[in-house]
Amino acid sequence: MQVSEAWLRSYVNPAISTEELVEQLTMAGLEVDSVEPAAAKFSGVVVGEVLSMQQHPDADRLRVCQVAVGIAAPLQIVCGASNVRVGLKIPAALIGAVLPGDFKIKKSKLRGEESFGMLCSEKELGLAADADGLMELANDAPVGIDIRVYLSLDDSIIEVDLTPNRADCLSVEGLAREVAVLNQMNWSTTRVGKAEVSHQDILAVTVEAKDACPRYLGRLIKGVNAKAQTPLWMQERLRRSGLRSLGPLVDVTNYVLIELGQPLHVFDAEKLTGGITVRRAKADEDLTLLNGQTIKLDHEALVIADDKQALALAGIMGGNHSAVSDKTQAVFLECAFFAPQSIAGKARRFGLHTDSSHRFERGVDATLQTRAIERATQLIIDIAGGSAGAITEVTTESTLPQRQAIFLRRQRIEKMLGIILADEQVTHIFQRLGMAVQAQVDGWHITPPGFRFDIAIEADLLEEIARIYGYNKLPNSSLLMRSQLIPVTEAVLEIDRIKDLLVDRGYQEAITYSFVDEDIQNTIAPDNEVIRLKNPISSDLSVMRTTLWCGLLNAALYNTNRQQNRVRLFETGLRFVKKDGKIHQQKMLAGLALGSAYNEQWGEKTRNVDFFDIKADVEAMFALTGCEVQFLSARQPALHPGQTAEILTLDGEKIGWLGMLHPTLEKQLGFDTQVFLFELDQMLTLSKRIPKFKSLSKYPSVRRDLALIVKEEISAIHIINCIKGSAEPALQDVIVFDIYRGKGVEEGSKSVALSLIMQDEAQTLTDSEIDAIISRVLDILINKIHAKLRD
Amino acid sequence: MSATLEEILAQALQELAAVNDLNQLDQVRVHYLGKKGLFTLQMKELGGLVPEQRRSAGQVINQAKDQFQQQLEICKEQLENSALAARLASERIDVTLPGRGQSIAGLHPVTTTLRRISRIFASVGFNVVEGPEIEDDYHNFEALNIPSSHPARAMHHTFYFDAHTVLRTHTSPVQIRVMESEKPPLKVIAPGRVYRCDSDITHTPMFHQVEGFLVDSDVSFADLKGVVYEFLRAFFEKDSQVRFRPSYFPFTEPSAEVDIECVMCNGEGCRVCSQTGWLEVMGCGMIHPQVFKAVNIDSEQYSGFAFGMGVERLAMLRYGINDLRLFFENDLKFLEQFN
Repeated sequence: MQVSEAWLRSYVNPAISTEELVEQLTMAGLEVDSVEPAAAKFSGVVVGEVLSMQQHPDADRLRVCQVAVGIAAPLQIVCGASNVRVGLKIPAALIGAVLPGDFKIKKSKLRGEESFGMLCSEKELGLAADADGLMELANDAPVGIDIRVYLSLDDSIIEVDLTPNRADCLSVEGLAREVAVLNQMNWSTTRVGKAEVSHQDILAVTVEAKDACPRYLGRLIKGVNAKAQTPLWMQERLRRSGLRSLGPLVDVTNYVLIELGQPLHVFDAEKLTGGITVRRAKADEDLTLLNGQTIKLDHEALVIADDKQALALAGIMGGNHSAVSDKTQAVFLECAFFAPQSIAGKARRFGLHTDSSHRFERGVDATLQTRAIERATQLIIDIAGGSAGAITEVTTESTLPQRQAIFLRRQRIEKMLGIILADEQVTHIFQRLGMAVQAQVDGWHITPPGFRFDIAIEADLLEEIARIYGYNKLPNSSLLMRSQLIPVTEAVLEIDRIKDLLVDRGYQEAITYSFVDEDIQNTIAPDNEVIRLKNPISSDLSVMRTTLWCGLLNAALYNTNRQQNRVRLFETGLRFVKKDGKIHQQKMLAGLALGSAYNEQWGEKTRNVDFFDIKADVEAMFALTGCEVQFLSARQPALHPGQTAEILTLDGEKIGWLGMLHPTLEKQLGFDTQVFLFELDQMLTLSKRIPKFKSLSKYPSVRRDLALIVKEEISAIHIINCIKGSAEPALQDVIVFDIYRGKGVEEGSKSVALSLIMQDEAQTLTDSEIDAIISRVLDILINKIHAKLRD
Repeated sequence: MSATLEEILAQALQELAAVNDLNQLDQVRVHYLGKKGLFTLQMKELGGLVPEQRRSAGQVINQAKDQFQQQLEICKEQLENSALAARLASERIDVTLPGRGQSIAGLHPVTTTLRRISRIFASVGFNVVEGPEIEDDYHNFEALNIPSSHPARAMHHTFYFDAHTVLRTHTSPVQIRVMESEKPPLKVIAPGRVYRCDSDITHTPMFHQVEGFLVDSDVSFADLKGVVYEFLRAFFEKDSQVRFRPSYFPFTEPSAEVDIECVMCNGEGCRVCSQTGWLEVMGCGMIHPQVFKAVNIDSEQYSGFAFGMGVERLAMLRYGINDLRLFFENDLKFLEQFN
């Protein structure tokens, strides 16, 4: 809602500055977004009158005018505007005037003719973005008066950002009412008389949709001059409300909309067939709107129709067919109350949002229609002439909004707001707000006025008290709240600990969008069913991520394209997968590394990060939880088939993946180096083993090393599992400390050097006992994986 | 015989003088003092003398031996000193060279901000709870007193999957989910990602919010004001002015916007606060009776407040970040500034 301060102050004029007024509105919940001057800075421009006019001797398009400007002698001013004519009153900039943009007016010669000033257009005064001629002032404009005074340009445009509950302030009168309450001043509405009925023609009005349209008023005004000029004062008030002048008929309806908050519509009466019906649209009925858009209607849409067709989308926008034009001679003026719930959401369905729908869906005062139609009638006749017919009114009392009394309990004020108010204070606040107050023993019955759609329950009344009393005057209580101890789950590691670990291992945390490019995701994770947004912000953010790798790869590319040759990133967040028609939102943890293993440094040879660097990072996380996991060789579409590990719990639950980005994808996505990735299910990753004490052995531990020759395809974990499978009670640990291929080991085999750590809880192991253990372990290895002891 | 001893001593001292390192020194020591050393042999020869002679001859030998040994000790100390000096010199390094190994990275500024917010509230017993990001219409809107035709819906710029499934537009649905499953008293903080179909210089389609709420018997607007005020002081580590403006949210009543004295200009007026001296930092209010009704909590017995804030906005103010879009570009040059 944008409004002229001067217009507002014409109703109620507290002795406070613009800044104070703005502050007052903001602090009352009517947040002022901006305050702009009504006109750009300029000076030295007065009302002038063209007294005579001659063709410039040397220029076809220029005229040499004698202009009265209120001082002794008329001034000679050369003018090139096409609408300049004798008798016209215009803004005249005198010598020494400064126009917007710091444009100084000096005495000049135009093709040899002297000019002592400049006649101005609206554009030159900064009142309009463009203009096609001089600004034409009213005939009665007093010559010589400063144009800023004449047009009251020393005014401010206040823009109030109203919350949806405060529809009552979507008008100058509404804001004036609020200002009056805040300043404890009296005010009165614009006085509106009854137009004289001077012809007998009426249009029959039938309201079929009585619930949606509880009240409909209409009248015919005949003999109007649609070409009449909207008076400058009205144009200026409209301009300051952000509305363009569109001819007197539309201007008047817009003016009343801003003045009273009541949307009205004018139909060209000659384009109507038969009577007016307010009804639900028929299926597939078409309507071409004022903005040229043709919409297909359905039973949900409410329309104003004549006997032939739908004319307007009720309360939202008029139709093209019945629109007024400068040829219009008779209008049907409509002023209705549409129920908010019948308009709410309807405009949006058609991609529309109008000043009218904005007000109806938030609530228009249902008692306002008679006053508004009379006001508009009076203004139309004043400006465009014509004669008014009688008002046809169809009101369905039962569907009009009822304002019920709400009971406010005295004790709730203290309980909810923390203050105790005297009864008179409470009564006074509500009375100033236009509410009927009836005192009861333990509270008040309060009935809100018709314009307050937001007051329906006790909490609404408490808010009004708080608002008028002042939020900042309400007490602050310190944090004396009942506290409970929060249980600390030890079996779950906090994700923050993992994040810190990754940060300490050189991974920078990234946050990427949860929606990603469908094509890229299909390439990386072709097997997942995607969840698609109906209204994505752009096509490259159209599906929900099924893996965090999409975002991380994208972020890595962003950085490699900016000369970063070492990128280590991680992210936590949800992935979204559809399984059996159900959406699963799974918390994940993913990382990416590319480029050198360490930042370039003098003390280490530069080498690129590899699988085992990343694996160490992943293993470190599990070291934190103390949970053993398995890394198994597996296939994953996004990863290198020879460098992919699937990570599983010992029970075989799938935790996630680790591996090198498939070289084909690496190239396709635009990387020029190997990329390593991991992604883990957070829930499984974070499950933590609660330590359980085991008594310490007093006896020494011994270490025996074995070098085994095994086939290439026998994995390290396979050998270790075999050894652990021996269930030797003294066997404490198995460590792989070397892998050898080459001389002395036949092709297709490898030598794996292992260390077995043994310790007994009850005694020192003797050599013969140790030999026996090793021999039993070797037997198993020979039997199960055909291992040979290396010579 | 004594002449020979003198010769031995002279020879020994001469050899000592020529010694260059501890190894040579040891050889010399063994040569003269070892089991078969020359002085040792001299002592052994004493056995052939008569006792009277043996004593004086022994003294002479011991004197010579002592003299040698003294010299040997001096020599040893000198050699050890110079050996240590040489080692120290050879082991000298340039301590200004950087340390070796993995470098440390950092958390995203949004995470850092979220952690601070959560820690502040956790310190007075708020529980951190998370909720789903793909939400149903009921939890995101209906239960929060935003029916389908409500004008506030248009302000939410919602991402839809189908008519009933959306990306949550705020963290407030967590309020509903918690109150559906738990009974008061409740003190909860719900941080997380939220989504709005908006993208321009001041909007990203995804951002973070923290929702907080408290439900108990006898909670008043004064408690809300107190908590919000103390939180802002704790977060900005500044005793700034705070003001509450009436506002509107369908799920709270009374509702307020909270402004803090501009942290950039201390309320003087600057570009960041559009010359107003105030910064809008959060929305809050008393939980609406309609919301309590939706979750079957008796609003006569219990009352509560809720508040919500934009994490990026707080991070921007805290760290002086001037472009919202930087948060999701993940440019290392940006991220590393917060390490």
